[in-house]
Amino acid sequence: MSQDQLTSQDKLTLYGESFSSRLLLGTALYPSPQTMLESIQASRCEIVTLGLRRQNPKDRDGAQIWEAIKSTGCRLLPNTAGCKTVKEAVNLAEMSREIFGTPWIKLEVVGDDYNLQPDPFGLVEAAEELIKRGFKVLPYCTDDLVLCQKLLSVGCEVLMPWGSPIGTGQGLLNKYNLRTLRERLPNIPLIVDAGIGAPSQACEAMEMGFDAVLLNTAVAKAQQPALMAQAFGGAIDAGRAAFLAGLMQKRQTASPSTPVIGQPFWHQQNRQQ
Amino acid sequence: MVTISINDEPRQFPQPVQLEDLLQDYRARNPDLAFAIAVNGEFVPRTQYPQVQLQDGDTLDIVNPVGGG
Repeated sequence: MSQDQLTSQDKLTLYGESFSSRLLLGTALYPSPQTMLESIQASRCEIVTLGLRRQNPKDRDGAQIWEAIKSTGCRLLPNTAGCKTVKEAVNLAEMSREIFGTPWIKLEVVGDDYNLQPDPFGLVEAAEELIKRGFKVLPYCTDDLVLCQKLLSVGCEVLMPWGSPIGTGQGLLNKYNLRTLRERLPNIPLIVDAGIGAPSQACEAMEMGFDAVLLNTAVAKAQQPALMAQAFGGAIDAGRAAFLAGLMQKRQTASPSTPVIGQPFWHQQNRQQ
Repeated sequence: MVTISINDEPRQFPQPVQLEDLLQDYRARNPDLAFAIAVNGEFVPRTQYPQVQLQDGDTLDIVNPVGGG
């Protein structure tokens, strides 16, 4: 099989739907709706996240952004950002399903205001309730193995563990936990969500075998968002290809890559010593 | 008087209000805006709007799409 065939047949499958891109992009924080559109196009992403908020009567950007998001044709992944209780998350998910016409929900239940860490107990309870109501739940969770197992046990088919807290750009803070998740849940789509600040960090997640990366701030707050979106798209493709190709094992000692036999001057060096 | 909180802003009415009546005004002011409703923190599907009457002390949340991460 050629390299092109290998990568073209390599799809991301989430709840039975297949995607060519392994980048999920947020739609918040851009300088303008036009910049957001250019970034989505440059990234080649096929799934975008969005939210629901009370409208500020003085702010007409909301309508513009919604119209712009619709025009992309991307799969919509609404979130429950900011919800702190199961009740809030479940009700906001219902409102999202009605407005956006999709059962997909990025489930967020915030447990701590300082680092926006997910509340694991509320997350499992909300996921279980939403799945009973017919939702396809993509939970934003920590990298805790037992939490992830609980989320799977209540019916989640995709998990989105954090790399680091939202908006920090710290990258993959706990690689041990992330590797453990990948090794212990080899057949579950795992998307690293949040905390990714640089394309190299996204590439590393993909090299580790994660199925996709979800990010927002690193693109939206770049000096040139569309260019950064393109950079992330390329990095994620590179990381995925590297994972499929198989990374070499690290070694403690050096090992010459150029053959030693036939080395010129070798005997001369020995005589000088 | 009946006080109803709409997106955290208290508004007074002489008597209980039909949700549909409130929303007529909202739609007129925001014709191009998709929205969903919760009353007292509970989602209300569109199909149930005609059955909802808002009483004194009720809270109404009206939400719209925004960019999100």
